[in-house]
Amino acid sequence: MHAHKLTTRLSAVLTALALLGWLVLQPTSRAAGKLQIMTATTDLASLAQEVGGDKIEVESVARGYQDPHFVDAKPSFLLKLKRADLLIVVGLELEIGWLPPLINQSTNPKIQVGAPGYFDASRFAKILEIPTGQVTRAEGDVHPLGNPHYWLDPENGLRIAKGIVDKLSQMRPGDAAYFEQRYSDFEQRLKQADQRWLAEMKPYEGRKIVTYHRSWPNFAEHFHLNVVGYVEPRPGIPPSPQHTVELIQQMKRENVKVIVVEPYFDLKTPNSVARETGGQVLVLPPSVGGEKEITDYFKLFDYDISKLKQAFDATH
Amino acid sequence: MKKFVIVSAISCFGFTAYAQQAPVPAAPADPMAQEARIKALEDQVRTLAEQVAVLTGELHVIRGAKSPDPAPDARVLLASARIDPSTLAASPATPAPSSEAAQLPQTQAMGGGTQPQTYGGATSNAKLLNPDISLIGDFIGTAGHNIVSPSRSLELHESEVGMQAIIDPYARADVFISFGETGVNVEEGYVTFTSLPAGLLMKVGKMRADFGKVNTIHNHALPYIDRPLVTNNLVGGEDGINDAGISISHFLPAPKNWFFEGTGQVFRGDSSTVYAANRRQDLSVVGHVRGYRDLSESTNLDLGVSYSRGHTNLGADLGSNFFTNLYGVDATLRWKPLRRAVYKNFLLRTELFWSARDQFSPLNIFQTQHAFGMYTSAEYRVNRRWTVGGRFDRSGRATDANLTDTGVSGILTYWPSEFSQIRGQYRFGHLALGTPGDFSNANEFLFQFLFVMGAHGAHPF
Repeated sequence: MHAHKLTTRLSAVLTALALLGWLVLQPTSRAAGKLQIMTATTDLASLAQEVGGDKIEVESVARGYQDPHFVDAKPSFLLKLKRADLLIVVGLELEIGWLPPLINQSTNPKIQVGAPGYFDASRFAKILEIPTGQVTRAEGDVHPLGNPHYWLDPENGLRIAKGIVDKLSQMRPGDAAYFEQRYSDFEQRLKQADQRWLAEMKPYEGRKIVTYHRSWPNFAEHFHLNVVGYVEPRPGIPPSPQHTVELIQQMKRENVKVIVVEPYFDLKTPNSVARETGGQVLVLPPSVGGEKEITDYFKLFDYDISKLKQAFDATH
Repeated sequence: MKKFVIVSAISCFGFTAYAQQAPVPAAPADPMAQEARIKALEDQVRTLAEQVAVLTGELHVIRGAKSPDPAPDARVLLASARIDPSTLAASPATPAPSSEAAQLPQTQAMGGGTQPQTYGGATSNAKLLNPDISLIGDFIGTAGHNIVSPSRSLELHESEVGMQAIIDPYARADVFISFGETGVNVEEGYVTFTSLPAGLLMKVGKMRADFGKVNTIHNHALPYIDRPLVTNNLVGGEDGINDAGISISHFLPAPKNWFFEGTGQVFRGDSSTVYAANRRQDLSVVGHVRGYRDLSESTNLDLGVSYSRGHTNLGADLGSNFFTNLYGVDATLRWKPLRRAVYKNFLLRTELFWSARDQFSPLNIFQTQHAFGMYTSAEYRVNRRWTVGGRFDRSGRATDANLTDTGVSGILTYWPSEFSQIRGQYRFGHLALGTPGDFSNANEFLFQFLFVMGAHGAHPF
C-alpha cells in the first residue's frame, strides 16, 4: 500500500514536471517581423490592413457572414490569439458571449483587457443609441453602452483607422512614417469614395426602410435613410406574429417597401412581410466578407449602396 | 410644482449646455480642424434641440398628469457628448437635413430613448468597479415513478450567483455561489492568472475539475435537466469532482490543424462521494489532455482523455490507504453552419468512464471494484427557439460493478429569449436494486425553468 502513496506523489510530481518541460520547449518569441494582429470582426481587419499594409498580418475571428453576437469560442482561435501582438475588438459588449473566454485562455499577456495590445475600436467611434434612463432586458438584448454596429459609417471607419494608426506607430515607432503615409492615403481615398456614395444616395434621402436587427443606425444616419421599424420585436428576440402584423400595418401606412436583412437571419418572416406589403427583401451584408466580392471596407459600401439603390428603384 | 419643473428644466438645460461647451477648445487655425469644429457645433446644436424637445415633452406629460412624480417613461438625456477634434477627422460636412430634425421626436418615441451621440462610449462609467454579477435560477419539477433515486416534486433546485471581474492586470476571478434547497455552497471560486510567462494558465481556488466534459459544466448549462447516470454512479454525482486546488494548463505541440492542451490539477482530495482526504497528504490529482480540430468551418471534433486519482471515500480514517482511480475518454462532434448559427446546430457527445475503487468487500476483504459507465447524447437545434435532444445512459456502480443502471431520455427545450429557458425531459430508467439481476423501472417526466438576470455570460462551447 506504500506503493499506492508513492504513485500518487509520483503522478503529481510528473504532471508538474511535464508542464515545466513545456516551459523549456516553448518556442522563443517570433522574430521581429510583421506585427501579428487579430480582430474580432472582418471590418476591423480590413481597416487595420488599410493602414498596416505589408508591415502587419491580420486575421479576423468572426467571418463577415456570421452574426457577430454568436461566434463560437473555438480553441483553434486560441493558437492565433496566443501569437497576436494586438487584438482589435468592436467593444460595447458585442463580443461579450465569446471573446472573454478566448482572451482569458489565450495565455497571451499582451492582449489581455487593458494591456497595450488590447484595442477597443468603439472608443474612437461615434456611438449611437446609448440607452438612457432605466435599462432592462424587457427591451431585449440591449447593449447598455450603445449600438455596437457603428462601423457602418465611413466617418467612423476613418476615426477607427486613425486610432489604429496611432496604435501601430506606438508599437512600431520605426514604421510610424509608413503607417502615417498609408493612413493619409486611406483618408483621401475614403473621402473621395464617401463623396461618391453620398452623391449616389442623395436621390433616396429620407427613404424609409425596415431592418431585421438594429444593425444599421450609423449607416442610416450617414446616408440619410430613415429606419422606421424592425422585424425583431426587440433586439435579439425572434419575430412574433403580433409584432409582424403591426409591422405590416405600419409599412403599409407609411409606404415602406424595403426590408433589409442581415445575411445570418432567417428570411421566412421578412419574405412574408414583403409579400403582404408588396415590398422587397434585401439581404445586405453589414460586414466585409458578407459576400465573396466584398473584400474590403470600400467594397462593403459599394456593394450595399448599389443593392439599396436597386431595391429603391425597383419598389418605387 | 410647475415652477419647480420649469426651474429644474432650465437649470438642467443650462448645465448640459455648459457641460458641452467646456471641452471645445479655442478656434484652431487649421481649416480642416475648423470644419471639424463646425461639424461638432452642429452636432451640439442638434443634441440641444433634441433635449429641448424631450424636456418640452416631459413638461407636457407632467402638466397633463398633474402629478408630482415625473413620468416613468421620461428620458433624461445625459450630456456626455465629449468631442475631441482630433478624432473628428474632417469629413465632408453634411448639413443636417431638415427632414432629419423633423423625424427626431418620432425616433425618440419609437427607439425607446436614443441618445444622439457620444464619443468614447466604451469608457462609460456605468459599471464602475463592480464585478459582473449574475443570478441564474433553476427550477425543477419531477413527476412519475422512481423508487431507486427519487427526487422531490417541485424545487428551486439552485440559485447560482455569479461574480466575475478582472482583479488586476495579471488576473481575473470567477466566483459562483449556489443557493440550493439544502444550503449554500461555493460551487466554484477561483482566480485565473492570465499573464504568466511561458504560456502557462494557472487557476487557484475551488473549481470543477477538468475531468471529461460533463464534470466541468454547471447545472444550468447542461443540455439536459439531470446529470447522466454515470456521473451519479462513478464521478461524484451532481457536484462531481469539485475541490479546492491548483490547476495549470498549457498548449501542447500539435500536428497541423490540431489544437492540443494539457491540464494538470492538484486538489485537497475531498470530492463528494468519490474522494475523501483524512490526512493532509491525501491529495487527489486530475490530468486532462484535450485535442481539438476544425473539420470544416462549421464542423469540429473535440476529443479528450482524463485521469484522476484520490483516496477512496470510505468514511472516517479508513480511506487513507484505499485509492480510487478514474479514467475517462470524451468525444464531441459539433456542427453549426456559420450563416445560420442561431437557427441550426447539432452536437453529438460521448463520454466513457472507468472506475477502479479500492474498498472492503462485504466479507471485509480488500478488493478493487472495476466499474464502467458511459453516456451518449445528441442535441439538434430545430430553429431559433426549439432544440430536441436525447441521451442514452449505462453505468455500473462504483461500489458494486455487478449492479448496472441503464437509462434513456428525450429532451425538448424552448428558449423565449437568450435569458430564459423552458425544458422538458422524459426519462426512463432500468435501475438496479440491491441484488444483481433485480431491477426496477423508473418512468419520469422532468421539467425545468431557467432564468438569467444580470451580466451576460459567455455562451457555452
